[in-house]
Amino acid sequence: MQPIHLAWVDYAILLSYTCFVIGIGFALRRYMKTSSDFFLSGRSIPAWVTGLAFMAANLGALELVGMSASGAKYGIATAHFYWVGAIPAMVFLAVFMMPFYYGSKARSVPEYLKLRFDERVRCLNSLTFAVMTVFASGISMNALAKLLHLLLGWNYNVSLWICSAVVLVYVLKGGLTSAIYTEVLQFFMIVLGFAPVVFLGLKDMGGWDVIKSKLVTVAANPAALSLNDKTFQSDAWTSAWKPLLGGPSANPMGVDVFAIVFGLGFVLSFGYWCTNFLVVQRAMAAKDMTAARRTPLIAAIPKMVFPVLVILPGIIAIALASTPAKGYRLPPVAIKPGAYEAALTDIKAAKPANTDATFASVSKDVGLKLDKAKITALIAENSAKAMTDEQIKDRLQDSVAENDYDSIILSLVKKYCPPGLLGLALTALLASFMSGMAGNVTAFNTVWTYDLYQAYLAPNKPDQHYFRMGQSITVVGILLSIACAYFANHYSNAMDVVQLVFGFVNAPLFATFLLGMFWARTTGTGAFLGLLGGTLTSGVFHALTIATGNTPGIKGGYLAVMKTFPSEMAQNFWLASFAFTACFLLTLGISLATKRTKTDEELKGLVYSMTPKLADGDQAFLWRPAVLGSILLVGCVILNVIFW
Amino acid sequence: MGLDIRWPIGIMFSLLGILLVAFGAATSSDAEMYNHTSLGININLIWGVVLLVFGVLMLLGAILGRKKPPTA
Repeated sequence: MQPIHLAWVDYAILLSYTCFVIGIGFALRRYMKTSSDFFLSGRSIPAWVTGLAFMAANLGALELVGMSASGAKYGIATAHFYWVGAIPAMVFLAVFMMPFYYGSKARSVPEYLKLRFDERVRCLNSLTFAVMTVFASGISMNALAKLLHLLLGWNYNVSLWICSAVVLVYVLKGGLTSAIYTEVLQFFMIVLGFAPVVFLGLKDMGGWDVIKSKLVTVAANPAALSLNDKTFQSDAWTSAWKPLLGGPSANPMGVDVFAIVFGLGFVLSFGYWCTNFLVVQRAMAAKDMTAARRTPLIAAIPKMVFPVLVILPGIIAIALASTPAKGYRLPPVAIKPGAYEAALTDIKAAKPANTDATFASVSKDVGLKLDKAKITALIAENSAKAMTDEQIKDRLQDSVAENDYDSIILSLVKKYCPPGLLGLALTALLASFMSGMAGNVTAFNTVWTYDLYQAYLAPNKPDQHYFRMGQSITVVGILLSIACAYFANHYSNAMDVVQLVFGFVNAPLFATFLLGMFWARTTGTGAFLGLLGGTLTSGVFHALTIATGNTPGIKGGYLAVMKTFPSEMAQNFWLASFAFTACFLLTLGISLATKRTKTDEELKGLVYSMTPKLADGDQAFLWRPAVLGSILLVGCVILNVIFW
Repeated sequence: MGLDIRWPIGIMFSLLGILLVAFGAATSSDAEMYNHTSLGININLIWGVVLLVFGVLMLLGAILGRKKPPTA
């Protein structure tokens, strides 16, 4: 991709945003007096703010870039991540789980585990969580720096350090409040920055019905766009459920209904939205129990319609690409600069007579799938009249037949945004990266300070000690993220590794919470061993299975291949299902075999049956969590029916 | 927390709105630029107005919210 030239107006927008987030940090500085102010925002934020932050904390760049990529690869079915996954989980969190999180006065999710079970469970959870957040933040920053380099031609190192420094300044000054406020700012940036791109895309294609008719032709021959080697029924990209009913081979995701409903919907989504401290921390910062319970519900409202902003661009992109008159193609995977030399030599030496051999060797040189017709034409033209190196390079890049899905959203921004709007959209993207890092860092510094440092290294110190520790560890967290970014830079597919780690750690976790919150008999030993067993099951499952087309190794199957799944997504969903089930059964069995260590009195406020029910009667009818939650679920059902 | 977030949101989007409107107005004769990207629509002008309206609404909310007791 050629670097984009930014006009002064674009820089002005970028600079204004940066000044504002730093300004917010400084404006909040005078309110940061205790560790509770720094880590929990003093539990004083109104529900609409925590709600939007709850949603935006997850709306990092991985989400923006990844969802449009999935929209292109899988079509409307990508919306299952929202309508089957996120929304029901958010409603469950608000109605059933929030009373325990907020009511127990735990300052973090690991601390809740300590109150409910024992130190072992907390230690396990806080350690894995701390590692995971740093890793996630590093990967996101790496993606950002790479993007700025590719898109604007900025230096990788400079981009990485400057963006990290901005995040550092505002988190250091304003703590969690800073992170939450900038998340809300970022939420509006993303909505207002990407809505015009989607609008222009829809208008260009002539509306949703035209796009749908285009996708029918795509489904019949996805290979034309290098989307998939198989062919599918006509509604594979435009229906959310019908292609799933035909089994894994009938839809581009390669999954069946059970994997979606149980693996993604129940295990992965509930595991993420209900137990991940990164998002739950936002609700814990709410000013009272009512606001805490409303947080995920308020978040669910925009979440429900967000596919329009994040998935639709991917769908628009394939519709555009399948309309030759639009002159748009899905961005091809970039050939690595070092790979050109050998390919150039091969092309120059080639004669039209030995095209087949040259095609094979050039493909091997660049390490990517190439379009044979284009290479043949290139060889013919070059041997008729020698081309310059630059021309050959351009033609080689053009003949790559693998899509760089993660670049789709940017290719649309580039296509539709004039200077001005371009600055707005790029700032939105930058904002989502930076607030993603801030979210991870604030969750990390809280867990480190309260659950590791205060719990094991330096208990019983005055509050100011922990406040200062929080600030120091923020610096350390940012530095660790930068280190992880460099590390991730050497992995070509960091996104897969994140999902893998999330799968290993998250999948069993929800079983622990479910049993812990709703079954008083669950013991600490049961929870601890169950969690270990569940995570171990993830690892073993991954080592024994693989997805079609992958070679054993980082993608799984390195011990043996006992089962081959049609896609990585199917492998992930089934891994989660197995890990959850293992953790659930182990926790159940071991709890029955071990003696209870907590009395009923100690479990008050921590377990459903031991806690007095909250009276919602004084709230306006529509605002009662159960009522609002039900309305949201009905909304989800309606959406699923519309896009059936 | 002491700072009402509607202030920074309101001020920032009002500023960005004014910036886009001004830029859109200044480039309104540059048909080529808009034909090349945004389907011939002066999207900067239109979207600048949208941002400005949003920003002003947020500021109004902040001003009205200030008069109410802080617990609201």
